[in-house]
Amino acid sequence: MKWSFSNDLPIYAQLIEQIKTGVATGAFPRGERLPSVRDLAMEAGVNPNTMQRALAQLESEGLVYSQRTAGRFVTGDEERIGEMKRSLAHGHIRAFMAAMNSLSIDREEALALLEAEYRKETGEDEHSDM
Amino acid sequence: MNILTCKDLTKKYGRKTALDGANLTIESGHIVGLLGPNGSGKTTLIKLANGLLTPDNGSVEVCGMRPGRETHALVSYLPERAVLPLWMTAAQTVDFYADFYTDFSREAAQEMLAHLQIDPKQRIRQMSKGTREKVQLIMVMSRRAKLYLLDEPIGGVDPATRDYILNTIISHYNPEAAVLISTHLIADVEKILDDVLLIRQGQVVMQAPVDRIREEQGMSVDALFREVFKC
Repeated sequence: MKWSFSNDLPIYAQLIEQIKTGVATGAFPRGERLPSVRDLAMEAGVNPNTMQRALAQLESEGLVYSQRTAGRFVTGDEERIGEMKRSLAHGHIRAFMAAMNSLSIDREEALALLEAEYRKETGEDEHSDM
Repeated sequence: MNILTCKDLTKKYGRKTALDGANLTIESGHIVGLLGPNGSGKTTLIKLANGLLTPDNGSVEVCGMRPGRETHALVSYLPERAVLPLWMTAAQTVDFYADFYTDFSREAAQEMLAHLQIDPKQRIRQMSKGTREKVQLIMVMSRRAKLYLLDEPIGGVDPATRDYILNTIISHYNPEAAVLISTHLIADVEKILDDVLLIRQGQVVMQAPVDRIREEQGMSVDALFREVFKC
């Protein structure tokens, strides 16, 4: 798992976001045990208390749970994970919209560009490129 | 529990006031960054906390005691410059620290030396500046102290070594101990800190959690520092 941090947000908030992404991508497989706080802190290069705080928040959101002696686990609740993925997607979409807006690209044009990019990705328009 | 408490702490060198009524407390379980421009009193504060200097006014206490023989057993100090005797080998510095400090773990030291591929038979004299600093840090972090005072631990080393040093500090995290790190390389240490202490001209101008600064100011501690101490 690759960790990176920006300068404008609290570190614990960025940890929460990145662990969620890790769950979504399978870097932290659902239903499985998470590394210890110390190991996660070392891996991310952050303060262990900050990591603890992020995990406590994820626990209160029902994405991870503690078992008294065995440690912390990622939830196996597919519905909860689906909800989390949509909320992560929502954030990325808002960022995309803000970026398009700052370039004065309107909704119609933005959607057309997005659609074209998707087609390129799936190779639907190999011949019409450029 | 309070590990370090300073009240109106003042230190003068002749007519120059290095610390001017500094007030602060550091609790157990916290890693604190001591940040300030050159000459703001960082090293003076650290030297007062480990009893190398005595205050002209006010007080400093480590675990409720004035610095002295008892607190020396509780404080692990990394000086600004490596002070290991040049004629010693890495293995001899391990013996030296083990003789001096009952809380020193040979195993921890040997493991870290091996991890960094430092030959135990190599003399300090033959080591590069960076390697000397690594050996010194290994000695300091191999103690089970209550208070770690690290004066510029990442100043003169390359970025990979810097990461190793910061990781060593995280991996030795102990909820019963506190770590005070003085530095001006804020961007590098920010992520491993609980709190920052900003000092200017011998006075504490701010003590706050890193994430609260980021939350309230919408900027990193590094950016805040540049703004507060703009030349």
